[in-house]
Amino acid sequence: MPFQPVILLTDAFIFLLLIMAGFLVWHVRRHEHLLEAWRQVGQRKVAMSAAVVLLFYVVIGVLDSMHFRPLAENADNKIQYDTKVLSVLDLALTQLREQKEKTYSAPFATHLYSKETIETLSGTQRDYPRLVYGGAHLGEGETVVADVLVTLIKSAALGVALTAFLYLLVYRFSARERWSQRGVGSHQVVWLTLTVLMSSLVALLWLSQNYHVLGTDKVGEDVLYQAIKSIRTGVVIGSLTTLVMLPAAIILGLMAGYFRGWVDDVIQYLYTTLSSVPGVLLIAAAVLMMQVYMSNNQAEFNTVLERSDMRLFFLCLILGITSWTGLCRLLRGETLKLGQLEYVQAAKAFGVSDWRILLRHITPNVMHIVLIVIVLDFSGLVLAEAVLSYINIGVDPSTHSWGNMINSARLELAREPVVWWSLLGAFVFMFILVLAANLLADAVRDAFDPRLKDQS
Amino acid sequence: MMAYLIRRMFYAIPILIGVNLLTFVLFFVVNSADDMARLHLGNKRVTDAAITEWKAERGYDKPLVWNSQASGMDALTDTIFYQKSVKLFAFDFGSSDSGRHIGYDISQRMWPSLALAIPIMIVGLAVNIAFSLILAFFRGSPLDFWGVVLCVAMMSISGLFYIIGGQVLLGKLWSLFPISGYDVGSNAAKFLVLPALIGVVSAIGSGSRWYRTLFLEEINKDFVRSARAKGLSEALVLAKHVFRNALIPILTGVVVVLPTLFMGSLLLESFFGIPGLGSYTIDAIQSQDFAIVRAMVFLGAVLYIVGLLLTDISYTLADPRVRLD
Repeated sequence: MPFQPVILLTDAFIFLLLIMAGFLVWHVRRHEHLLEAWRQVGQRKVAMSAAVVLLFYVVIGVLDSMHFRPLAENADNKIQYDTKVLSVLDLALTQLREQKEKTYSAPFATHLYSKETIETLSGTQRDYPRLVYGGAHLGEGETVVADVLVTLIKSAALGVALTAFLYLLVYRFSARERWSQRGVGSHQVVWLTLTVLMSSLVALLWLSQNYHVLGTDKVGEDVLYQAIKSIRTGVVIGSLTTLVMLPAAIILGLMAGYFRGWVDDVIQYLYTTLSSVPGVLLIAAAVLMMQVYMSNNQAEFNTVLERSDMRLFFLCLILGITSWTGLCRLLRGETLKLGQLEYVQAAKAFGVSDWRILLRHITPNVMHIVLIVIVLDFSGLVLAEAVLSYINIGVDPSTHSWGNMINSARLELAREPVVWWSLLGAFVFMFILVLAANLLADAVRDAFDPRLKDQS
Repeated sequence: MMAYLIRRMFYAIPILIGVNLLTFVLFFVVNSADDMARLHLGNKRVTDAAITEWKAERGYDKPLVWNSQASGMDALTDTIFYQKSVKLFAFDFGSSDSGRHIGYDISQRMWPSLALAIPIMIVGLAVNIAFSLILAFFRGSPLDFWGVVLCVAMMSISGLFYIIGGQVLLGKLWSLFPISGYDVGSNAAKFLVLPALIGVVSAIGSGSRWYRTLFLEEINKDFVRSARAKGLSEALVLAKHVFRNALIPILTGVVVVLPTLFMGSLLLESFFGIPGLGSYTIDAIQSQDFAIVRAMVFLGAVLYIVGLLLTDISYTLADPRVRLD
């Protein structure tokens, strides 16, 4: 094989999550009432546009989760793999990854951001040295602005063409009417968003061949590359955390609400205790303990990547432990209500076992709460990662994440002149993800919360 | 009422015991004191003597829960659990890992935290209520729509960007405020304006949107319709009938966070160099001072429980329909 697949712990969970999402789609398609609620989400233009954006992020995150070791070049014909682990995304961004400058350079710059002593024919002088890659293709007299504008127009055209191709491909195989039937009532918005995203993707890729679109950082690494690599961390934290806490929250919440009595007391005590500790402090305490553990058991982690991945997973676990209490409380309340309803009483009278009632009659009727909490929590968790990384209790410093970008950019702001592009990169990528998640969450809540439905 | 309160206070005790046990397990059972010592002294080439000395200095050299060498009550009291965890109940926080007295530090640093947190809360409340009332007044109009969009957009920006943006723009580029620092007494005001402003602005998004939902929930109720039917103007209906009823959930939301104001704001304080409890906590986390983190965890839990208790009381005061017994 030309490569050796590597599956990190979080990769495995991402794939598990994908399988579960697939199952959810299959499940929803077989149930008319669930389909109806999703159709309602589909009617909301803003939500569909947000969903397309989110899908883009998720695809990038998944591509970045397919890790492998490429075949290393070696003299004799033994099969040997590189020690460096790459992802499919890295492969696509090879140029971005390898075009390193010496140090800081501004977005679209052709010269470094600081003066250096350069040897010229007429002796030495202090000037801004030329970048190795940024704008290197420009000939005499060609300006950056003109070149960038031309590339932008070209890539917009290409983006439109690509989307149009996709459009034809989709509608070639399924008639438009069927799409409206399935509830995608706002397809114009979907295609518009897709066009914009495609064009910007093409533009970014095209421009980054010749420029550093978001500049370079202290060691000359492309900031755009860092921002894109951070997508995986954000998506992992936003989604895995909820996945990790889900079983505990559902089981305990249902049990407390259904069995009442001492079971309820114990579970209530458990979550009141956990939620009475301020979240940040509990996370800090747990992460500090994790750091102690990891520094004392370094032998267990073979590579830096494995260690940072383990830390990312631990972080999800810890965030999950601190955030399951809210969902648990909601589920307990809902189960208390459902347990009193006639159909549950009837099932009890027929002698259906408790576990069967919980599984067949109660669980399906609280799932909307679970779904709402999952989508509502996503954006908060992405934001939390940045704050935690700032306090140094977030992801490993070697992991690409927006929090780490902000953290290092903070020191650069004190520099004169200010280096602002790392912050800009983290801001833009994070803002788009969180905004899209918030907008979609609103629509999902409106569609699935029966309380809100009654009001309108 | 009194009986209810006393009963609630007793409920708080097992929760505090739980928090105490949790922190004890986290800090002393998951990792031994030796591990902590090694982390502090640097991992490589630490002699056993240095570890023993580090532990002895901080009182971590005792047995965990049962001292078999001591006699009588000492078998229980001369242990890490008693000395470090049980004593928290008497608000005896002991010394930090760097040797300072934690109780004294907290009593000193509480005031700058309050000086920042109270203005943020009051001004923030006023701004959010005003903004959300405007949105509720123009509900369904483009103004309302774009107002909500603005709120969602503001919610989607990380708090870090508000702080960094404000600091660089207002503090550094325009030089309107000092970038960071603190002073005693009334001189502190000029250092507090910028962080307070940022604290208020960064909370507008989520706050206003939440209050708007509360107002809209009231706005469709029957008594509000009757008020309109008898000819009251919309502004008067909003101010008298909607606002006063929606105030109940708003007030309880405020009351529950009142005690935790003492804990200060982690990010604002550390960015602006305000010597409050928030920056104290962050410094402790960053220097891995476990004693301080432990104390703050316990203090935070106590304040949270007090907040819940106050919420119950404020319910009865704000809404005569609620009786506690």
